[in-house]
Amino acid sequence: MKISSLKLYALAYLVFLYAPIFLLPLFAFNDGTIIAFPLKGFTTDWFAKMAENDTLRHALTNSLIIAVTSSAGATILAVFAARASTRYKFKGKGGIMGLIMLPMVLPDILMGMSLLLVMLEVLRVNLSIATVILGHVIISLPYAIAVLQTAFATLDQSLEEAAVDLGETRMSTFRLIVLPLVMPGIISAFLISFTISLDEFIVAFFLAGNQPTLPTYIFSQLRFPSAIPVIMALGTCLVAASILLLSVAEFFRRRGIKRTGAKDTGGFL
Amino acid sequence: MTDNPMIAFRDVQKYYGDYHALRGISAEIRAGEFFSLLGPSGCGKTTLLRTIAGFEDISSGAVLIDGKDMANVPANKRPTNMVFQSYAIFPHLTVAQNVGFGLRRDPRSKAEKDKLVEESLEMVGLTGYGARAAHALSGGQRQRVALARALILKPKVLLLDEPLSALDRKIREQMQVELIKLQREVGITFVLVTHDQEEALVMSDRIAVMFEGEIAQLADPETLYRRPNSRRVADFIGVMNFLPAKVTGESGDTITAEVAGLGTLDVATSQVSMAPAGDNAAVGFRPETLTILYEGQQATDREAPGTIDEVVYYGDMTYYDVRLDGMEKPVRISMRNVFGRPVLDVGTRTRVSWSPGALVLFR
Repeated sequence: MKISSLKLYALAYLVFLYAPIFLLPLFAFNDGTIIAFPLKGFTTDWFAKMAENDTLRHALTNSLIIAVTSSAGATILAVFAARASTRYKFKGKGGIMGLIMLPMVLPDILMGMSLLLVMLEVLRVNLSIATVILGHVIISLPYAIAVLQTAFATLDQSLEEAAVDLGETRMSTFRLIVLPLVMPGIISAFLISFTISLDEFIVAFFLAGNQPTLPTYIFSQLRFPSAIPVIMALGTCLVAASILLLSVAEFFRRRGIKRTGAKDTGGFL
Repeated sequence: MTDNPMIAFRDVQKYYGDYHALRGISAEIRAGEFFSLLGPSGCGKTTLLRTIAGFEDISSGAVLIDGKDMANVPANKRPTNMVFQSYAIFPHLTVAQNVGFGLRRDPRSKAEKDKLVEESLEMVGLTGYGARAAHALSGGQRQRVALARALILKPKVLLLDEPLSALDRKIREQMQVELIKLQREVGITFVLVTHDQEEALVMSDRIAVMFEGEIAQLADPETLYRRPNSRRVADFIGVMNFLPAKVTGESGDTITAEVAGLGTLDVATSQVSMAPAGDNAAVGFRPETLTILYEGQQATDREAPGTIDEVVYYGDMTYYDVRLDGMEKPVRISMRNVFGRPVLDVGTRTRVSWSPGALVLFR
């Protein structure tokens, strides 16, 4: 069989992307403390150790609280911003939207440093997971807005007029017509914000004070070779959770499309 | 028909920034009539319709519905309902939920509402479709759902924004007839926006022809077709042949004009359109008022010789472009292809029968 060079290139590309991820479960189940080939026996010890680790559990709880809260906040704010930017014309819209979207391209380290300065010197608050939540809302907001702008822009404006024409107020129209129709976009925006927050390191590192989050905990553990297999087990769990989450999200997205008969313009998968 | 108009426009002006979209519209729409706003795109007809619905604020003037000034009445409180160009069917709801949407704030019981929805679906020929997902319907069916949804609230006025433009020709013609029947049945005032002059002629009791934010002529279809008040209206509604003319005399009810290719003729003042026709006067003939005379046929009134320039065969009709002797531009003549009448070839010498009573003089 002849394999064209383009196919070979595509194959190499995929291997390069995904092979490192497959190494995680490989070493997570490897009965040896050193991350190197050849593999030794099979074990689930590392997962047991991971479950026993209190600091890790604390970091995971922190990260989940931060991720859920910040993505909920970012999604709600993004609904308002995306609605305003797609539906209304107002003075300075370009500038305002540009400023809101800026954190997307701003280096995270700048965000982290400047936010730290604001928290400590301007607002004079103690660093905690609340400050991390604030930071994560700011950095995930542009992504949530980008997703929701598409959702709002594809909404036929006469649907809202029809609802008003049939006696509904603007508020009830939003609730009865707009919200259900942009719901797939809202879920997407939430999930994207969630993933961004969950693996965000720099801003969390600057703003968390003495509170561990999952990424900062993992980073701190990399100094101890003996802790690495546990980190591998943790990584395996995270990969499994991500796959599960994306599958669920895709399922709801496809069901939503089927329900409204909209054209499938592609989701995350 | 009552004396009070259902809708009255009083010098309605609408600006979008510097753009003057409606330039002093004053007109009245009678109760129970099928009224059309006809014009090319950008003439302001949709804007005018939306001022009735309340989706468009007016810059000055007044819109009255059933004698009541609508200035401070928001769209959701007006006694009007609308069928949108895109139909605006709510895609996440069923057909029955769409049709019953306007009843949400109605205090009646669910059983009564269900019955109303069923009746409305029956009225538009969609009995048994209630449980279907609205997005799975065809274009014609969506249109019917939109109609049922708008009529279930028994509005005083039904507004239709180019409701047939997205349909295939066959379904469109079928829907035209159904809409006329429906309007007679429910007796509600219908206001239709369309750019299709044929559709307006077929469906309306009266038509307002609009150009550039103004009503150019408001009349019943026959008057509009036979006695357009300007060359522009004549040109927009159907086909009109224009022949350059010169007015040579006036006496009482008669105007004498000289027309190239046709000679001198007398026209009654009722046939004269006084709207400015540019520097030169012209007479206008509809294609069906001219007849090609076959061998041995006699003209009923007058005749003029000419040569066939172009033949367009339509099955039931044939259009001939005939160049009358002494004229530069050919005139268009439509002939029914009745049995036994041959289609003539390009280049054939022929005679054209015409009558001064059928023309319009634009001066």
